[in-house]
Amino acid sequence: MKEFATWALDTAVARGATYAEVRVLDTRQRYLSTKNGQISQVRESQSLGLGIRVIAGGGWGFASTDMMTHADVDRAAALAVEIALASALTKKHKIHLVPEKKIVDHWAAPCRIDPFSVPTSSCLELMLKIDAELRSVPGVTLAEAAMDFRRVEQLFLSSLGSEIYQLKTQTGTGYVATSFAGTEIQRRSYPNSFGGQYQNKGYELVQELDLVENARRVAEESVALHKADQCPVGEKDIILDSSQLGLQIHESIGHPIELDRVLGTEANFAGMSFLTIDKLGTLKYASDIVNVVADATPAHGPGLGTFAYDDEGVPAQCTPIIKDGLFVGYLSSRETASTVGLKRSSGAMRAESWNRIPLIRMTNVSILPGTWKPEDLIADTDNGIYMETNRSWSIDDRRYNFQFGTEIGWEIRGGKKTRMLKNPSYGGITTDFWNSCDAICGPDYWTLWGTPNCGKGQPMQTMGTGHGASPARFRKVQVGVAYPE
Amino acid sequence: MNLTRQRAEEVFDKVLKYSTADETEATVSSTSYALTRFANNAIHQNVAEESSSLSIRLVSEGRMARASTNKFDEASIRQLCENALMLTRLQPPEPLLLPMPGPQTYRSLNRFFNETAQLTPQTRAETVAQVVERAEKDGLTAAGVFSNGASAYGIFNSRGMKAYHEETMSEFSVTMMSDSSSGWAKRTAPYWMELEPQELAERAAQKALGSRDPREVVPGRYTVILEPAAMLDLLGFMIFDFSGLAVHEQRSCLTGRVGQKVFGENINFRDDAFHPLQTGAPFDGEGIPRQRVPIVEKGEVKNLVYSRQTAHKLGMQPTGHGFPLPNEYAEAPLNIVMDGDRSSVDDMIKSIDRGMLVTRFWYIREVDPYKKILTGMTRDGTFWIEDGQVKQGVRNLRFNQSLVDMLGQVEMMSPPQRTAGEESFEMVVPAAKIRDFNFASTTKY
Repeated sequence: MKEFATWALDTAVARGATYAEVRVLDTRQRYLSTKNGQISQVRESQSLGLGIRVIAGGGWGFASTDMMTHADVDRAAALAVEIALASALTKKHKIHLVPEKKIVDHWAAPCRIDPFSVPTSSCLELMLKIDAELRSVPGVTLAEAAMDFRRVEQLFLSSLGSEIYQLKTQTGTGYVATSFAGTEIQRRSYPNSFGGQYQNKGYELVQELDLVENARRVAEESVALHKADQCPVGEKDIILDSSQLGLQIHESIGHPIELDRVLGTEANFAGMSFLTIDKLGTLKYASDIVNVVADATPAHGPGLGTFAYDDEGVPAQCTPIIKDGLFVGYLSSRETASTVGLKRSSGAMRAESWNRIPLIRMTNVSILPGTWKPEDLIADTDNGIYMETNRSWSIDDRRYNFQFGTEIGWEIRGGKKTRMLKNPSYGGITTDFWNSCDAICGPDYWTLWGTPNCGKGQPMQTMGTGHGASPARFRKVQVGVAYPE
Repeated sequence: MNLTRQRAEEVFDKVLKYSTADETEATVSSTSYALTRFANNAIHQNVAEESSSLSIRLVSEGRMARASTNKFDEASIRQLCENALMLTRLQPPEPLLLPMPGPQTYRSLNRFFNETAQLTPQTRAETVAQVVERAEKDGLTAAGVFSNGASAYGIFNSRGMKAYHEETMSEFSVTMMSDSSSGWAKRTAPYWMELEPQELAERAAQKALGSRDPREVVPGRYTVILEPAAMLDLLGFMIFDFSGLAVHEQRSCLTGRVGQKVFGENINFRDDAFHPLQTGAPFDGEGIPRQRVPIVEKGEVKNLVYSRQTAHKLGMQPTGHGFPLPNEYAEAPLNIVMDGDRSSVDDMIKSIDRGMLVTRFWYIREVDPYKKILTGMTRDGTFWIEDGQVKQGVRNLRFNQSLVDMLGQVEMMSPPQRTAGEESFEMVVPAAKIRDFNFASTTKY
C-alpha cells in the first residue's frame, strides 16, 4: 500500500500540485441472505485501489485507479493534476484550507469476533432458523434475513507528511416478515428496517441482538397489522422509538448541518440547507432539553460514523450541534471551515472508497439521553401514538418539510398503550417539530443505530452513519398525513 | 484495464483454468468515468476513475456462490476461484437451481461513441464556463454536473455462452438559482453532442427567472402537468412490481391484478432495450437475450417479465430481464418505453383553468406498497397555471399520491422522449396532464 501511495504523492507534487493526499483502500465484503427457507445470496467481494486528490493551479482535481503498477499510479496522479488545472478555468476564489498538523498513526476499530472467521454455514444456519420461526406464523407470506460483513483497510498519505493507517470491521444484520392479505401488504422488521442494525463491530453484534427470540413476535405483528385500525388523522402527541428517532435525526438535523450543503455545493443534487450561516448560535433549533452532538470518537461507541481520523487526516472529534436547544455547530471540512471563518475542520470528510473524493458526511449524529423511562413516558401521555420502526421517509431539499411513516403504532389513551394502529405517519416542519420535544428517555434506552446507505454526491457515494437515540415525545404533531383522504 | 472482447475472454480462460466447480460463469467489466461538478458559478469538484472487476459464479453439487475482485493476476484469480468454491461447500444444495445457459444469439447494438469516451476535462470545463456565463448574465447562480464515461462487460460460462457489450454515456444537468427560485434541466446520452448543455442551461435559467417570488398554494387536489422528469421519477417506483417473482411472492402492487385493467385506457408501456432512445446491453444479467415485452396495453396489465430461474419456477418463458445470480429480486424491466400522445406542454397549459406545472420531484418514497402511495416534494420550478396561462412560481409542495390511481387520471400526454431524472434510471416517457393530483402540505420556499 505505502509504496504506491508514496509514488502517487511524489508524482503529483512533481507535476505541480501544491497540496496532495492519497488514499489506498483494500475492502473485503461478504453478504449472505435467505428468503422463504432458501438461500438467496452467498457472495463475497474484494476491491483494492488508489485515489489521489490534489490542488494545482488553484483548482481541485481527483483521479483514481485500481491498476496497482507504478505506471498506472503515475498516470492517475498526472491526470489528477491535469484535471485540477482544468478546474481552475472557472475559479472565483483561492482555495484555502484551515491548518492541520502532520499525523503519523495506526488505529484499528475494536472487533471481538472477526466475522470472516465465522463459518458461512453457521451464519446460514442461524438465518434459516429465523426464517423458519417467521414462517411458522400463519399469514406470513415472505420471510427474509441477511448478514453483511465488511472490513476496510485504509492508508492515508498527504503532502503535509501525514501517514495514517486505519482498519475497520463492520457488521450488519436483520430480517423482515411480510404479510399480504386482501389488498394490503404489511411488514415488520427486526431490529430495524432496511437492513437491520449495523455497527463497527465484529460478529459479536449478531450475538447481542436476540434475533431468534424476537422472530415470532415480529411475524405475529406483521399479520396482526391487517386487522388493526388505520392511524387516525389529526394532531396528536407522539412517542418515537429510538430507531425512528435516529432516522429523524439523520434527515432533519444530520443533513442540514453539512456545511457543503449550506454553502451551495450540493445544490444540483442532494440539495441545500435552511441552516444559513446567520443561524449559527442564534437559531432555537429545538426545545431546551435537546442536546445533539456529531461525535466520531471511539468513546461515543461503535457507530458507522466512528473513526480515528477523517479522510483529510483530521482527528475524530465530538462537535456540539445543538446545545440546550440552540444551534451551535456544523459538520465541516478543511476548506468549508476556512470559508466560514472556523479555525478548524470538524473532521467530517469521508469517502465511500478509493474511487471517490471525500465529502462532508455525517459521523455519529446523536441526541444525548434524557432521564425518562419509557413506561413513565407512556403513563404521562393522555392522547398520543407510539410509533416504531421506519417504513418511509422524505424531506425537502432544504430540510424543512418532512414526512415519515412507521411499520406499526399503538394508540396511547389515558397513560396506557391501547389498540394497535396500522400505517402510522407523521409530518411537520423541522424546527417546529424539534421545539415540541418535551421528554427524552434515559441512557438505559439509548441505542447507537447504524444507517448503512446514506446517499450523497455526484458520482453518488453511499456512506454509513451512526445515530444514537432513546425514545422521545413530541407534542401536537400532525399524524396520519401520508394517506390521502 | 482497457477491456476488449478478446481481453475479457482471456480473463475467462484463466478463470476456467483454476475453477474446479461443476459450472463456472465469469463477468468481466471495466469502466472509465469522469465528472466535472460546478456550484456557485465555479468548478468545485473534478474527478476521474478507472476501475475493473472480475465476478465469478460457481455451481458445485447444486450449490451456488459468487465472488468478485478487481485484481487480475494469476494468483488472485486462483484465490478467487478457491474462495467461491469454498462458499458453495458451506451451504445446503438448492433444489431449484438450473444448469447454466448454453450459447445464445444477440441482436447487435451500437451504443459506443469515441467522442464521448475521449471527452477531455478541458472540454467539460469550457462548457461549464459558458453555462456560468449564461447564469451570470441574469444574476443567477449555476450548479450542475457534466460527466462522460465508457463501460464494457462480458459474461461467459463453461457451457459456451459468450455475451459482450460496450457503451458510452454522458450527462449534463444544471440548476439555476435566483434569490427566491430555482430551475433545473438534465439530459443523458451515449453520444455527448446530443446533450446540448447550452439549451439545458437556458431552460433552467428561464424556469428560475419565471418562478421568482413564489406564492403559497393551499394544499389539495389539483390538475397538474408533470414534465417528463417528474413522470419518470414516479414511474420508476413501479418497475419492480412488474417482476414475475414479485407477483408470485405477493410483494408486488400487481398481485391479483395481472390481466386486469388497472390503469386508464390511454396507458400503454412496454420494455424495449432496442428502442433507439434506450441504452444498455442486448442481454440480461445471466446472458439471456432481452426481449421486447408489452407490459401494459390500454390500461390492462398484459405481461410481466421473467428471469430464467423465475420462468422455470412458474412455467413461463424467460424474457431476458434477470439480474445476475444469486439475487433476491430476480428480474425487472429496465428499458421502459411509455406511449404518449400528440399534445404539447403548451396545449396542456391552455386547457387548464386552475392547476400547476411540475418540473421535477425530489425525495420520493413509497408510503404504501400495495396502494402504491408515494410521497415526495416538488423542486426547481413549480408554477401556478390559471385561465390557460402560467402565472407565477409557487412554493414547493409535498404530495401523497397513489401511482395506481394517478395512471387512471391522465388526460393529455406529449410525445415520449428519452428522460433523465434523479430518482429513477432513464426511460422514454411523455409529459402528462393529470387531474386530482393530491398535494398534502407546503414548505417555506
